Amino acid sequence: MEGFSNHPFTGDFRIEADQICVDYNGRVALYDASLRLRAGCICGLVGMNGAGKSTFIRALMGFVRPSRGIVRINGMPLRQAQREQAVAYVPQNEGIDCSFPVSVWDVVMMGRYGSMNLMRVPRESDRRAVLDALERVELLEFRNNPIGSLSGGQRKRTFLARAIAQRASVLLLDEPFTGVDVRTEKLMADLFLQFRQQGRSILISTHDLTHVRDFCDFVVLINKTVLAYGETSKVFTKENLTMTFGGMPPDLLSGVSHSEDLEA
Amino acid sequence: MTEFLVVVRPGELLLDPLSHEFMRRALLVSSMVGAVCGLLSCYMTLKGWALMGDAVSHAVMPGVVVAYALGIPFAVGAFVFGVGSVALIGFVKQKSRVKEDTVIGLVFTGFFALGLVLVSKIKSNIDLMHILFGSPLGISISDLQQTLLISLIVVFILLVFRRDLLLYCFDATHARSIGINTGFLHYLLLSVLSLAAVAGLQTVGIILVVAMLITPGATAYLLTDRFDRMTFLAVSSSIFSSILGVYISYWTDIETGGSIVLVQTIVFLIAFLFAPRYGILNSRHSLTS
Repeated sequence: MEGFSNHPFTGDFRIEADQICVDYNGRVALYDASLRLRAGCICGLVGMNGAGKSTFIRALMGFVRPSRGIVRINGMPLRQAQREQAVAYVPQNEGIDCSFPVSVWDVVMMGRYGSMNLMRVPRESDRRAVLDALERVELLEFRNNPIGSLSGGQRKRTFLARAIAQRASVLLLDEPFTGVDVRTEKLMADLFLQFRQQGRSILISTHDLTHVRDFCDFVVLINKTVLAYGETSKVFTKENLTMTFGGMPPDLLSGVSHSEDLEA
Repeated sequence: MTEFLVVVRPGELLLDPLSHEFMRRALLVSSMVGAVCGLLSCYMTLKGWALMGDAVSHAVMPGVVVAYALGIPFAVGAFVFGVGSVALIGFVKQKSRVKEDTVIGLVFTGFFALGLVLVSKIKSNIDLMHILFGSPLGISISDLQQTLLISLIVVFILLVFRRDLLLYCFDATHARSIGINTGFLHYLLLSVLSLAAVAGLQTVGIILVVAMLITPGATAYLLTDRFDRMTFLAVSSSIFSSILGVYISYWTDIETGGSIVLVQTIVFLIAFLFAPRYGILNSRHSLTS
């Protein structure tokens, strides 16, 4: 199994976000959001729609400029970390033009661009990284297909493969489980567990609590700010979840507390 | 029928015009501009910048006039006004509640009007009709050299940054996430667009240059799902249309710019109807099979 570029880092944390505030034209989307993530863990970012999950991830990736606060990845400033390919981002599929004339191979190769020369001429090592990533997401046979011909789940796996090919030590995924088939869901979960074992850190935004219980070591509950943060078993309490979902627990929430009752 | 074949042999039809210096020049500049605009048109159509292409090509007008008046290369003036118009569009959009397409329409017509006023006020030997409609058959040697130089610069930039620009058009977010400077790519593409607009101005004129910047890309987009093939098809269809357009203009004594763009449009229509997968006459077939 091929590893990843295990970026040397001075601090103790893969992700360090300190008191991030983001506002869109005066409307506050996120305030005082802090987060520290050690190497080799999976962290769920949980909140309602509009609670600021995407905003938090966008701030961590530098897509929105926080009005306050600082982000460090592997102890480096964000821009430097991005130039050194330390952090990979898997978007929700929205905003991608699916009729774009690129193949699965082309898209996954885009994950390698940051490590290539100015002309982006792929070397043997880049091809191997792409092959490896495609194998892991089980899309090797589709490598020459245009992305427009893929199903939703296959497309999601393509973008995951792009992040894998990048060999980053930090992965940020925005709602990876939305609208995917069971097979893709299982495959992604297995991959995340492998990555954790290799010492990578993964932040997953989701509103599906079962996934969090299944494989997240840590969880961040968010509603405009970080309400609770810590080990999943400690943070996933009924009070915290009720607070996160504004006193109106979704169906899943009752499912969670129900199964807890059963275990107890 | 046989008589007709004897009188007009295809060889003469194609070779005779080449005995004229002005036709050789026209064919050279048209095919070069066709290649450059065809290449760029792939990015314009994929990025959805057709309106932007229209805006920039109109907005270079006052730049060309000022440059002629000051005696500096017209590419410099066009470049300043082309990029300036886009910066202005971005500024107005950000600072007001007016929607983007409205701002684009507003700014480029304003610039274009400024160009028209300047032409009528500044005493120079600029022929307004040449700028508006192009005149490859009457191109001067210095304009020819300048256009070739611009074409080479544009092709060079597009070749060096082809992968980055493709990524920028496809998924700018990912480009940013791997540390690529997307602001630089944005302005690079705009600069190249301004330069290509000045080059295109020589053959089809300001009014029709947007056709050069989108039609070949749109045609190629209907024919393939591979970017490399798309660029090849766009460039070759664009060169073909330019050369055929110049010939038709010579044979029939019609407006050259109009003739080139009309050929391009017909090529697009053929692809629209008969393209193997995306042509409307074949899409029904693929549904039933």
